[in-house]
Amino acid sequence: MTPTAVALEDAKVAFRLGDGRVYTAVEQAHLTVDQGEFVAIVGPTGCGKSTLLNVAAGLLKPAAGSVRIFDRPLAGLNRDAGYLFQADALFPWKTALDNVAIGLEIKGTPRAEALPRAQKWLTSVGLGAFGGRYPHMLSGGQRKRVALAQVLIRDPKILLMDEPFGPLDAQTRQVMGNLLLDLWNADRKAVLFVTHDLEEAIALADRVVIMSAGPSSRIIGDWRVSLPRPRDIFEVRLDKEFHALHREIWSVLKDEVMKGYAQSTNAAEAV
Amino acid sequence: MSRATLLALQILVAVIGIVLWQVLTTVPLFGKILLPPFFFSNPFDVFSQIVKWFSTGVIWKHLGITLAESILAFVIGSVGGVLVGFWFARQPLVAAVFDPYVKMVNALPRVVLAPIFALWLGLGIWSKVALGVTLVFFIVFFNVYQGVKEVSRTVLDNGRMLGMSERQLMQHVYWPSALSWMFSSLHTSVGFAVVGAVVGEYLGSAAGLGYLIQQAEGIFDVAGVFAGMFVLSAFVILIDFGVTLVERRLLVWRPTAADGRG
Repeated sequence: MTPTAVALEDAKVAFRLGDGRVYTAVEQAHLTVDQGEFVAIVGPTGCGKSTLLNVAAGLLKPAAGSVRIFDRPLAGLNRDAGYLFQADALFPWKTALDNVAIGLEIKGTPRAEALPRAQKWLTSVGLGAFGGRYPHMLSGGQRKRVALAQVLIRDPKILLMDEPFGPLDAQTRQVMGNLLLDLWNADRKAVLFVTHDLEEAIALADRVVIMSAGPSSRIIGDWRVSLPRPRDIFEVRLDKEFHALHREIWSVLKDEVMKGYAQSTNAAEAV
Repeated sequence: MSRATLLALQILVAVIGIVLWQVLTTVPLFGKILLPPFFFSNPFDVFSQIVKWFSTGVIWKHLGITLAESILAFVIGSVGGVLVGFWFARQPLVAAVFDPYVKMVNALPRVVLAPIFALWLGLGIWSKVALGVTLVFFIVFFNVYQGVKEVSRTVLDNGRMLGMSERQLMQHVYWPSALSWMFSSLHTSVGFAVVGAVVGEYLGSAAGLGYLIQQAEGIFDVAGVFAGMFVLSAFVILIDFGVTLVERRLLVWRPTAADGRG
């Protein structure tokens, strides 16, 4: 049997606040991602979805519990993972081509060899003609494509994505979703995809994991999505099974979203 | 407004200014010359003084000295500012310890250092370079310090997740960020390098534009003072133009206010 790509066991994440109190973001989180599996985490705003992702990346250390990557305990940064950030994370002083090539150059690949491979990746995310542009000359969607190529050129075994298409408009999100599925279909990496958009999660993933509203949020549901692959995001939303699943998950998620919303408004009033 | 009209209006301002100057210093109005030539000279004398400087070639030596002092002050001040800025930003303890002293030295009007530098380094170019360095250093230092400290958290995390070592983070993230802040203050720091050179010359030297002005002033040669001022402004405008060219080349990756996309 192949080892599990990502396994969080009983993970707890806590932060020390400025006034000395301890804020528990996530508690008792059990989460596994198998090799070749696409798992989406959905939850209300502020539930600690990104926190969990950062634990899997090694950017955050859990206060308790264990993180295992391919059956080995994670120490320091997760070297098997590529991370796609929600905010712009490209190097603004490098052109699109250099931004993609840097992923290889870091590993010691000579520049002469890295550049043509970067060009190939830019072409496969649909930006073959944009290699000479700097990030500020690209649209939000184009920057996400470059970021995707930057991560994928390193061929990570695990892909961690933190609401990567969050800042984009609805149409661009769907286009990017399809692009992601196409690229993923080629070699089926393990994917952990954080989003607040349930439709996006069902359309993309093999499994949808629901988290409760924070603080001390937990994983409260785990659904398998058995829609056939390859999928087209535009088409799959019309599927009967999609609707049934959406209704079922939403009935659970709705309460948490309301709770999260009530908490954030209460907090705002308290201030 | 079209470019041509704008240019015409700009030239008109200069022409009116010069004509007024010439008339008020030579033609008596109500039986009295409003601007006594002894204090205000006149455009013709100033212009002939400039022509004389350039035709005899005297001016080149002075321009050359001032330019050399400015360049040295800029280079030494920048290198020092970059190194110390980096060091402080990466070692918060060092920065905290030295913080009050940095503030103290920076609060000091640098002109008062000129006599000290003249004593220490003599009347040659190095006392002027030193004065310029004290001005340039702090501008570059503060900018580099800020640049290293304000590197975007996400970009830094991205570098780490892409597998960068500390050395590679330095090369691909901290360094370009710090340089971009330094370059954004290039106009100011180059300007201050020139200020240091000229003020230093003015307070005691044997050559340079500041010396030229000071000498003219010493013998009540007002035409010479004005001529020196005009040459000096033209000199600074030329240098500033050069800086703009360099900046355009180095900061291509930066969004300008003109293209709205952030």
